[in-house]
Amino acid sequence: MAVDMGATEADTMTADRQPTTLMPKVAIKRWGRALSGVLVVAGVVLLGYSISRGQVDWAIIPTQMTSDTMLEGVWNVVKLAFVAQVIAVVIGVGVALMRLSPNPVLRWVAFAYTWLFRGLPVLVQILLWYNIALIYPRITIGIPFTTVDIVDQSSNVLVTAFVAALLGLALNESAYMAEIVRAGLNSVDPGQKEAAQSLGMTPGQILRRVVLPQAMRVIVPPTGNNAINMIKATSLASVIGFVEVTKAAQNLSSRDLAIIEALFAASVWYMVIVSIANVGQYFLERRYNASTRDGGGSRALLTRVGKSLYTPPVRRAEEITS
Amino acid sequence: MNDDIIVRAIGVRKRYGTNEVLSGIDLTVERGKVVVLLGASGAGKSTFLRCINRLETMDEGEIWVDGEPIGYREVDGTLHELREHALAAQRADIGMVFQRFNLFPHRTVLENVAEGPVQVKGVPRKEARQTARELLERVGLSEKVDQYPARLSGGQQQRVAIARALAMKPRVMLFDEPTSALDPELVGDVLQVMTELARDGMTMVVVTHEMSFAKEVADEVVFMDGGRIIESGSPGQVIGNPQHPRTRQFLARVSA
Repeated sequence: MAVDMGATEADTMTADRQPTTLMPKVAIKRWGRALSGVLVVAGVVLLGYSISRGQVDWAIIPTQMTSDTMLEGVWNVVKLAFVAQVIAVVIGVGVALMRLSPNPVLRWVAFAYTWLFRGLPVLVQILLWYNIALIYPRITIGIPFTTVDIVDQSSNVLVTAFVAALLGLALNESAYMAEIVRAGLNSVDPGQKEAAQSLGMTPGQILRRVVLPQAMRVIVPPTGNNAINMIKATSLASVIGFVEVTKAAQNLSSRDLAIIEALFAASVWYMVIVSIANVGQYFLERRYNASTRDGGGSRALLTRVGKSLYTPPVRRAEEITS
Repeated sequence: MNDDIIVRAIGVRKRYGTNEVLSGIDLTVERGKVVVLLGASGAGKSTFLRCINRLETMDEGEIWVDGEPIGYREVDGTLHELREHALAAQRADIGMVFQRFNLFPHRTVLENVAEGPVQVKGVPRKEARQTARELLERVGLSEKVDQYPARLSGGQQQRVAIARALAMKPRVMLFDEPTSALDPELVGDVLQVMTELARDGMTMVVVTHEMSFAKEVADEVVFMDGGRIIESGSPGQVIGNPQHPRTRQFLARVSA
């Protein structure tokens, strides 16, 4: 009866203990964290050391970053990305509504639009718009059956590098926005529409007051993603000579004969613009997240904004659509 | 047409593909009366109820609510289908309460109730909010006006939904299994509100499985099976002394 003996012994041990005497506890030793921390710090130090020994003329970078060309490039990136994104959202909402319309003609047009503008590479679209003069040397928009012309101008004057880049970026992005908005509208419980219908609300009221506000929670995160992609995609406009950050860096590198330095200067600017956009996305998401609206955390604002910078985007549009 | 008839359904038929879910429903509901639709799931009760405010279209038949053909406009003895805006105006007079409440989650309780009058009827916001407060007090939720729906229990949400429908001053209220999604202990509060509503003279068409409500509150009980009405009459007749074997079978299962 050795087993029984052992059990009894253990029982008496626990029974003898006073309830007030608690045993000391030992937490798991998280060696992995300490080790990986050391490795990462060592890696960063080594990388920093090697770069500082590399052939980089650090002193010239701030000068390049604040040069007129670069500042013009930064302003052009912001302008191009912002206007293109706004146009894309407006067209995207329209195309998404057409896609969900009971009218089969509208559905088909929306499908074809998305198919075309999402299918062609942005770079090709920009080049096509830039060279539209080869198809239409002169663009004339007039009122039919009158001699009044609203626009009558040479294509090369009308379609500047900015306009071509804007068209290429905005139309491509609008096709993605259409899919994001469609996914958002579909994500709203059909019961919401029925409840609004039973109150006697019209389709427009239902969309504006009931469906869209709820769809925003699904629409905003992937839109933020796309807006950040848009900022970076403005670099494609450099191929048609539009002076944005990348083109500015190219110009500076040939002027100063400092290629890597100019690319570093450009990279820093891109990171600055993207980081600011991230903060904007954070506030938009918070605005449309009902769960945080009533309740809310007590974390300091800066901490939360900071966290938004390294928190990965919630969901990608493709995942929501599928 | 009789002025005291609020809802008149004539030969309502509906098919999904080859499957006929409503096979000719005729029903009249008089002003101030409560009609309870009973039947097993799949009998077509909810589909018929949703035809009354045209959340579902029908393939044949007509439904008239307070002298208007729902979804149509009568011109010289012909019914012309209405566009969405005109249909919306018809729906504004028909209140509906859903099984899943369907409150607007992005608006507070008070905003939920005031939304219809402000947006649809153009009632000034202040006045609509005052009315909403009174209605919420009537359903026992005065202290919840500034909460978001997610903070409320199912029973509370359903009472807000009733208040939201009442805010439109409807001519008839449709209830689509209003207590089926509720925890058992929350059913009573909702039924109480519905009973008071019936006492106050509201015309109601109710799809429910709550036999006590049917027995005590209904003026007429209608039993549906396979897309048809197979028995109707006073609660005493249909529940107390059912004639059709399907009705007996159903009642035996429900009370068991």
